[in-house]
Amino acid sequence: MQKALVSIAVAASLGLGATAAQAAILDDVKAKGYVQCGVTGGVPGFSAPDSNNVWTGIEVDFCRAMAAAIFNDADAVRFTSLTSQERFTALSAGEVDVLSRTTTWTMSRDTQLGISFVGTMFYDGQGFMVRKDDGIESALDLSGAAICIESGTTTELNAADYFAANGMEFNTVVFVDQDEVVKAYEDGRCDVYTTDSSALAAERSKFANPDDHIILPEVISKEPLGPVVRAGDTQWFNIARWTYFALLEAEELGVSSANVDEQLGSDNPAIKRLLGVEGEFGAPLGLDNAWAYQIIKHVGNYAETYERNVGPSTPIGLERGLNALWKDGGIQYSPPIR
Amino acid sequence: MTTLDTGRDAAPRASFFNDPVIRGIIYQVVVAALLLGFILWIIGNTAANLAAQNKTTGFDFLWRTAGFDISFSLLPWSRASYYWEAFLVGLLNTLLVAVVGIFFATILGFTIGIARLSTNFIVSSLATVYIEVIRNIPLLLQLFFWYFAVLKAMPAVRNSFELPFDSFINQRGIMIPKPIPDEQFGFVWIGLALAILGVIALRYWARKRLEQTGKRFPVFVTSVAILIGVTSLVFWISGASVDFEVPVLERFNFRGGLQLPPEFVALAFGLTIYTAAFIAETVRGGIQAVSHGQTEAAESLGLKDNDRLRLVIVPQALRVIIPPLTSQYLNLTKNSSLGAAIGYPELVNVFSGTSLNQTGRAIECIAITMLVYLTFSLLTSAIMNWYNARVKLVER
Repeated sequence: MQKALVSIAVAASLGLGATAAQAAILDDVKAKGYVQCGVTGGVPGFSAPDSNNVWTGIEVDFCRAMAAAIFNDADAVRFTSLTSQERFTALSAGEVDVLSRTTTWTMSRDTQLGISFVGTMFYDGQGFMVRKDDGIESALDLSGAAICIESGTTTELNAADYFAANGMEFNTVVFVDQDEVVKAYEDGRCDVYTTDSSALAAERSKFANPDDHIILPEVISKEPLGPVVRAGDTQWFNIARWTYFALLEAEELGVSSANVDEQLGSDNPAIKRLLGVEGEFGAPLGLDNAWAYQIIKHVGNYAETYERNVGPSTPIGLERGLNALWKDGGIQYSPPIR
Repeated sequence: MTTLDTGRDAAPRASFFNDPVIRGIIYQVVVAALLLGFILWIIGNTAANLAAQNKTTGFDFLWRTAGFDISFSLLPWSRASYYWEAFLVGLLNTLLVAVVGIFFATILGFTIGIARLSTNFIVSSLATVYIEVIRNIPLLLQLFFWYFAVLKAMPAVRNSFELPFDSFINQRGIMIPKPIPDEQFGFVWIGLALAILGVIALRYWARKRLEQTGKRFPVFVTSVAILIGVTSLVFWISGASVDFEVPVLERFNFRGGLQLPPEFVALAFGLTIYTAAFIAETVRGGIQAVSHGQTEAAESLGLKDNDRLRLVIVPQALRVIIPPLTSQYLNLTKNSSLGAAIGYPELVNVFSGTSLNQTGRAIECIAITMLVYLTFSLLTSAIMNWYNARVKLVER
């Protein structure tokens, strides 16, 4: 009797194991009617709720673009705020369909965590913020300074590498939650706050007196930040990747949310293909042929979301720099849609 | 003569399934099988899911270079250390704050608990207010309060409060000179050990004498005198000396000396304050559980105040106090994991925080961490049970 029960239990476990290998993510997403998107707890310009409690930011726009491509509705998306510790587990466990949360693309993450990086939404690098009246001019002056860091980030490792390489004394205070990191820096527990330069600018914009703090000139690492999906579902990976490319391609071709309807009548074959007037590019993704049109109509092109969220006219005030298109001196580059 | 069969001596053989013994066995087998099946299902499901997620698993990461920094470590630590060393550092930091917390929470808890029973209205009300306020606010909020309140209240590094003996208090913690004994100092330790042996012998002798003659001997004062006297005498004769490494302000921070970071201070303080409130209630309950008749009986025997407490009341109260006290100690140890929130590098922060994230081995790291807390708790329980067995009522 016991044996029988055990074998039933084993059979049940195997059966459940088999169902655990999920069906296509796109089908699940279509069935539930929205994209579940993992974001930060609030990094202005990247993902943060605005004064009306609507999520905004360049990474939020990416999720909205995916929703627009799938549902023709940029609001068919729900957001889950994740700490940097929770993010990969939440993604691989299926809590979120896509993770768009200032996540740095590294080899170990790409190959060992069962996740796939889609592309580089934002080229960033790690920097240091200090108080102006400390009179620090270079990161090389920071030997022995107390440094506030968020736990479980590439930042933690880069900083350790940088200090070791330059023979400087390294002295950190590590917090699980970014809010505590910033608060501890503001309260004077640390001399230095280090994270991606863009996030430094974003956090500084929240301080009471932003001008009392400066960001040192050194950028000590490459931080390619991009959206991430679960590994193993090629279709879903392609949807995410080509959503990103469509944003870039639209900017390159001069198609924006303002002129997208006019551009439907364009004679440019590249625009025709992008907007689904010519060719058949939606079906292989499992999407409508107007998928890119829907993205541009509802969210805009890459330049629009950049300027709206982190560009020079926003409180974050970041120049395009590396994030300009390749033809404008940056390294944002989309393969052709053909 | 035929024997009359009353049907009494034969067991009432009901049908097979109505036999209580057989039924009992069947129930147990079924429950055991279901439990085993459930566990197998969990394991199988986890393995299948991990495989489906294309994740790398295993414990090999423990022997890889960690590459991050740990701000407060009892062991030598560098970025080239291994993950298993990170585990040890976290473990020791957890143990340190737990031991310090338990020590002070016990002292404070007993004091407050006794104060609550005081006949002085102000003392007992203060104790009551303390207990009610502290017990009813979540610990995490208290820790945030202590940490950020302390940070805000403390001066910046360059304007440190200077204390006597080259000690400093500022936002970066408490810095005191670090004693560095020379080689001769070994004799002082030997002297101290001998003095302790002497004190133990003295106590034994005084007790025997009390039992035989009823004469008292001032054991406490003599013990202190022996400890201090012998140790200083050896120190003086051997010519040992102690150098002090004084903390010195450098460009950003103090260097040298012994430094206690504010994260540790806030966590130890918060845990002490919080747990002491619970211990106080336990102590009050334990003392009130000893009936007043015991006090009166002791008085009628002519015992002095001190002896009445030490020989009659406290031993009986302890029997009631020890079991709940044990669970408070366990709570404190487990609650120390909240230190991760205020940046204290204890086990959860270092191992199932940073290490988990840098390696992505969620199940492995969490399993090890849970196992550690389980072991701590069982060990604390075992020690307290042993102590409980010693103080419990001996029935004759």
